[in-house]
Amino acid sequence: MGSETVKSRGGRSLRRLLDRESSLGIILMLPGALLLIIFMAYPFFLGIWLSLTDSVIGEMGDFIGFRNYTDLLGDSIFHQTARNTLIYALVTVPFKAMLGLGLAMVLSNRMRFSNPIRAAVMMPWIVPTALSTLGWFMILDPVFSPISWLLRSLGVIKQNINFLGDPILAISSVCLVNIWRGIPFFGITILAGLQAVPQELHEAAAIDGANAWHRFIHITIPTIRGVVLIAALLSIIWTFADFQLIYILTKGGPANTTHIFGTYAYQIGLSATDIGQGAAIALYMFPILAVFAILLLMYLRRD
Amino acid sequence: MAKVVLENISKMFGKVAAVKNCDLTVEDKEFVILVGPSGCGKSTALRMVAGLEEPTTGTIYIGDRAVNDLPPKDRDIAMVFQEYALYPHMSVYKNMAFALKLRKFPKEEIDQRVREASDILGIQDLLDRKPKQLSGGQRQRVAVGRAIVRKPAVFLFDEPLSNLDAKLRVQMRAELSKLHDRLQTTIIYVTHDQVEAMTMGTKIVVMKDALIQQIGTPLGVYNFPVNLFVAGFIGSPVMNFIPCRVLSKDGRLMIDAEAFQLPIPEKKAPYYQALAGSEAFFGIRPNDIYDRLFAPEHLKENAIRAVVDVIEPLGSEIHLNVTAGKHNLVAMVDTQTNVRMHQEIELAIDLNKMHLFEKNPPNLRIAAE
Repeated sequence: MGSETVKSRGGRSLRRLLDRESSLGIILMLPGALLLIIFMAYPFFLGIWLSLTDSVIGEMGDFIGFRNYTDLLGDSIFHQTARNTLIYALVTVPFKAMLGLGLAMVLSNRMRFSNPIRAAVMMPWIVPTALSTLGWFMILDPVFSPISWLLRSLGVIKQNINFLGDPILAISSVCLVNIWRGIPFFGITILAGLQAVPQELHEAAAIDGANAWHRFIHITIPTIRGVVLIAALLSIIWTFADFQLIYILTKGGPANTTHIFGTYAYQIGLSATDIGQGAAIALYMFPILAVFAILLLMYLRRD
Repeated sequence: MAKVVLENISKMFGKVAAVKNCDLTVEDKEFVILVGPSGCGKSTALRMVAGLEEPTTGTIYIGDRAVNDLPPKDRDIAMVFQEYALYPHMSVYKNMAFALKLRKFPKEEIDQRVREASDILGIQDLLDRKPKQLSGGQRQRVAVGRAIVRKPAVFLFDEPLSNLDAKLRVQMRAELSKLHDRLQTTIIYVTHDQVEAMTMGTKIVVMKDALIQQIGTPLGVYNFPVNLFVAGFIGSPVMNFIPCRVLSKDGRLMIDAEAFQLPIPEKKAPYYQALAGSEAFFGIRPNDIYDRLFAPEHLKENAIRAVVDVIEPLGSEIHLNVTAGKHNLVAMVDTQTNVRMHQEIELAIDLNKMHLFEKNPPNLRIAAE
């Protein structure tokens, strides 16, 4: 009898714990928080610690302060990497946004099979990057490229184009593939924004004297400005932190002309085993990404 | 200022007709109300005038111009939408100025017109606000303001009051009537609310199932509905309809509803003579049924007995739901009426106000005037 009272008392207090919103909230958050701590926070802080040491793979090094960071400031490859990353992340976004907007406008028209078409359009976004990039790797191959083959048989060029071997062509190619992969995200996000615009607004504007262009400028753009901004910030953040696409296409080459933070950190930290230096390279991204993330959060919390 | 003419207008959505063979003339400066239940085609008709839908057949004229091929902006119309359709990212001022700006009006004139319209509508203090910051009633005013700055030839209203609460609706009704008086412009107004139709319109157009049922003045339609549908749609509470047989007894024409028999007034008898022996619907409005105790003297002889089911005291009148035989009726009786539920009451009926409708659809009313 004694043990039963204890049990029921225990059951009652558990129920009280679940009833109260404050404690229930904490309980519901725990699993997620644990995952974040184990897989995000711990590696992050370990990375910070490594970047402050002269560790190499297989051997924990000594604390050396900010030397890894200051060394990088004099590293010309690192300079080039920073430049490449900025180009890669910032130049591609306007193209993705513009083409995504166009795609969204086309998709927002009611047409036959619009749902399957919308799903198909998402493919570049859904297919694992590693897989789709292998496809591009073949398309851009110096020997077997179908683009080269087509242009050659049309008589436009005499020799195959070395898409990934020429510095300018290489950075252009990886940007192109990145744009290809990023359009659907913009397209679908903007499409959702477009569909939130009440039809009545367009009708009211049409009666007020607005032609299609006016309606686009005065009704469509202002109402989707928010989603475009959010999509752009997210895209910048993701592209900054990209790795797979470049690693598969060029591994940073030729002559480091396509290295971005992720691939250069991998090369130094894992291939060259200088893990402390590699961590420092990756962590240079952190303040830049933080700025964009804060901008994003500020915008989202504005209302 | 313009006349609007719809000439044999039809609109098909696929195989479904939204509007069928609609002929309507809206005279200059008229306040015309298209009224009917949801899905009757009234909004589609309005949207065709606006140019938001293209008629499948027929011609629409605004002024002297056929406008079928003109885009909405060139039709010299302004429209107020049910959901207001204010531009959410523009201030009230910019919302109202938008159309004028697109039409490249000089700044001073835009400003003057916006101020003038906002004075009329009492929204001077709201000009800097965004639509989000306005109440439903205020948004409604801004939507109207946006229409009047344009000084269009024709105003189109698509159920503009249906999102307002009851009190505000009554107030806006009066204001829109005043506005019409002040602007002296043609107005076409769509509503499903027969009270709005009765109180605001100079002419009402009753629609049902894509067809115009009747066009007339509010009182004309109320007093002389063409068919059972119109009789039931216009007027509140709804007219009572009782299936009956018309009898000729001792040289007098009678209504036989099984539970009661009523003599047809001599004035009307000649019109109904042809119905003798056949079935029909007897129609009488609740306000033409009296508690016999308080009925005018000359009506007291035509009384029926009924049992009271529900009593709805409204203060100025009492609505009774009663059963006479197997028929349910609503009566609007004097406030002094002292009756309890399940009690029997004697109701006097003003048969001079009675209607007879044909038994078979479209249940046409037998004219008796």
